[in-house]
Amino acid sequence: MTDVGRHPRITLHTLSEVVGIKGYVGNFDVRIVKKARYVDEKECTACGECAKVCPVVRPDEFNVGLSSRKAIYSPFPQAVPSAYVINIKECLGHNPSVCSKCIEACDKGCINFDMSDEEFVERVGSIIVATGLEAYDPTELDEYGYTRFENVVTSLEFERLVNAGGPSKGELIRLTDRKHPKSIGFIQCVGSRSARKGSEYCSNICCMNTVKSTLLIKEHYPETDIKVFYIDIRAFGKGFEELYKRSRRLGVHYLRGLPGKIEELPDKSLRVAVENASTGKLEFHDLDMLVLAVGIKPAKSTQRLQEMLGLQLTSDGFFLEAHPKLQPVDAATRGIFYAGCAESPKDIKDSVTQASAASARAIRLMHKGEISSEPITSEVIADQCKSCGKCVDVCPYNAISVDTKKKTPAVINTAACAGCGNCAAECPFGAITMNHFTDDQIINQIDAMLSEKPSEKVLAFACNWCSYAGADYAGVSRLQYPASVRLIRTMCSARVDESFIWHGFMKGAPVVLVSGCHIGDCHYINANHWTEKRVNKVRKKMEKLGLRPERLQLEWISAAEGIRFAEVMRRMEKLRREVSKEEIEKTISILQNRRK
Amino acid sequence: MKNNILTTTSIDAKQQARIGVYICHCGLNIAQTVDCPQVAEKASGLDNVVVSKDITYACSEPGQQEIKDDILEHGLNRIVVASCSPRLHEPTFRQMLQSVGLNPYLLEMANLREQCSWVHMHEPAAATQKAIDLVKMAVSRAQLLGPLYEETLPLTKRTLIIGAGVAGIQAALDLADNGYDVVLVEKQPSIGGMMAQLDKTFPTMDCSI
Repeated sequence: MTDVGRHPRITLHTLSEVVGIKGYVGNFDVRIVKKARYVDEKECTACGECAKVCPVVRPDEFNVGLSSRKAIYSPFPQAVPSAYVINIKECLGHNPSVCSKCIEACDKGCINFDMSDEEFVERVGSIIVATGLEAYDPTELDEYGYTRFENVVTSLEFERLVNAGGPSKGELIRLTDRKHPKSIGFIQCVGSRSARKGSEYCSNICCMNTVKSTLLIKEHYPETDIKVFYIDIRAFGKGFEELYKRSRRLGVHYLRGLPGKIEELPDKSLRVAVENASTGKLEFHDLDMLVLAVGIKPAKSTQRLQEMLGLQLTSDGFFLEAHPKLQPVDAATRGIFYAGCAESPKDIKDSVTQASAASARAIRLMHKGEISSEPITSEVIADQCKSCGKCVDVCPYNAISVDTKKKTPAVINTAACAGCGNCAAECPFGAITMNHFTDDQIINQIDAMLSEKPSEKVLAFACNWCSYAGADYAGVSRLQYPASVRLIRTMCSARVDESFIWHGFMKGAPVVLVSGCHIGDCHYINANHWTEKRVNKVRKKMEKLGLRPERLQLEWISAAEGIRFAEVMRRMEKLRREVSKEEIEKTISILQNRRK
Repeated sequence: MKNNILTTTSIDAKQQARIGVYICHCGLNIAQTVDCPQVAEKASGLDNVVVSKDITYACSEPGQQEIKDDILEHGLNRIVVASCSPRLHEPTFRQMLQSVGLNPYLLEMANLREQCSWVHMHEPAAATQKAIDLVKMAVSRAQLLGPLYEETLPLTKRTLIIGAGVAGIQAALDLADNGYDVVLVEKQPSIGGMMAQLDKTFPTMDCSI
């Protein structure tokens, strides 16, 4: 920690938050608000004289409220920067006549009530999101009595109680009588692995954290009776099983079953009612103290940051990586990386590993000092652009700007453009062309495919990342399916212009399939939402024209779903067989009339 | 902005397309099911196709050399390789084009293995018909391919790290020790995050700070 404070290449902004980000990979302009500390960070020596005279006493956040601090305080002894800070909402003395005792006590004159919040912009080439976690608040799990019984504590409170720098100087005591507890229970999976309350996922660290805690207790107070109530013990990491075995060897009782009810006894001890899953019997255990092994939740700031940076979240609320196996620290947006619990619950070792990986990925991006842009981007044909701004609305990367008032043509920032082609499909005036996947190129493919015996073929569009890869996977797995389908690859299903579909039907395609990544898995953030909208729109129009909308199909097929791809192809073939030559001819004439 | 892809314009992409088509056998992977010589024969009759042949392994060194020789000898300016998935060998063949001075984006591939021979193993006639269509589609697209150039833009060698817990600290130090400037932003008055609040940590059982 101290290395960070003194490293010449690290600019540290504490009490600071990112409030806005502009730009793109290579050059992000980041707006940061730094709250006033009211103490000169460089001059303060952390002597503590100011805190001695401060009359305001408040719960200490660092010790999760188990001790107190003043309104002017140091967060904890090893804090970096090691300067005091004033919580201005708690302080009485903005007005010197009211208090200002600290100003008098500070010999160096570090305290300055005139400091104000600063706002500034930093330009960076890459961003690492390491916003961490929040511990689960067990209040809602009323059966455990966290708010009702004082000797029920969370694992984080327990950490502070056994810490030499904590409120009890490392003495493990019960909060009610300050005596050493003779028996302690741990309840696992508090806020984790539950469909009912808390989260459904496993928080990853709580099993080993409890194992660690039992070892610490046994080290200092070997006579303590320890019981751990659990569903499974997940000791999967390197050296973990060994620690777990050591804990069992030292006599810690591991009892399978989560308590259903906790009662407080007159001496403030706790009676735990639990069904022991091994025996199937209801048991009661009287314990001096109970520790709730609370799970990990995404940090509160996650959603705000996700919106600001255009990132994606998993259904659990953690940041979603670009690829779970091959790009586990990259965001889908180029130049942004994840480290630590922001991405998923993990322990310190994994956080450190991921942080090193994230910095290596950032270096890989930056080391040349320049950045090459993917040439498969879209381009505006300026004289056809009517400045309507539709492209701006659909671009998942905010890469397009247009002045709808001044009616100047849209401008595409090619460095920010990822090349999905959504804008080209959306533009009603044909004023955007998508390099390497131009309208003409794709129309040519459709023409070539349907020039002979169109009624025997299924026209299918597949996105490069999921559905086309799923088709490859079907091949690698040697899954057999009817030979009627012909695939046209686009980078994203959102490239599929309404006109491609109409063109296909006009050329005699019995069935048209549009396929892409599952919703939420799109490689272009959320571009496939627009795919869905477009397909539904065409279907509605088909209905109005008297065409069977079933002939236009939309399927989400992932890169791993070879089996599903083959199934879909069999379904398409079945659909194709239901379309008669007369129906195709009728379609062509309806569409030709519509054109006129 | 500058182009970092070599385009020694000995062959001008703007000229009328002169297309070379290569139907890869992939050993027996494709040739066992698809009649490769027939596909090559059909392709030879398509517009602007100057050379059309079947080839045992297009990706192999001799295979690539044969294509490169043809490009230079016949002045080919669009190449269609009908072989495996472009997700596998597109980079290989793009490099091949580049090595003889053709813009890499003048390549088109037809997927005859993963999406044809391997999935229609018991229907050789239908598979061959599909292969012909796929090659026709690739050729029709190749007619309109144009050169593309990567742009290079200046980059700021500096990283923003949001959050100074154990992950943010580690990332900051790794970057800074490698000579990169870091802006480390932390909401709290001190760095350290959740880690600083922990006592001993597993698996080493030493203290966290």
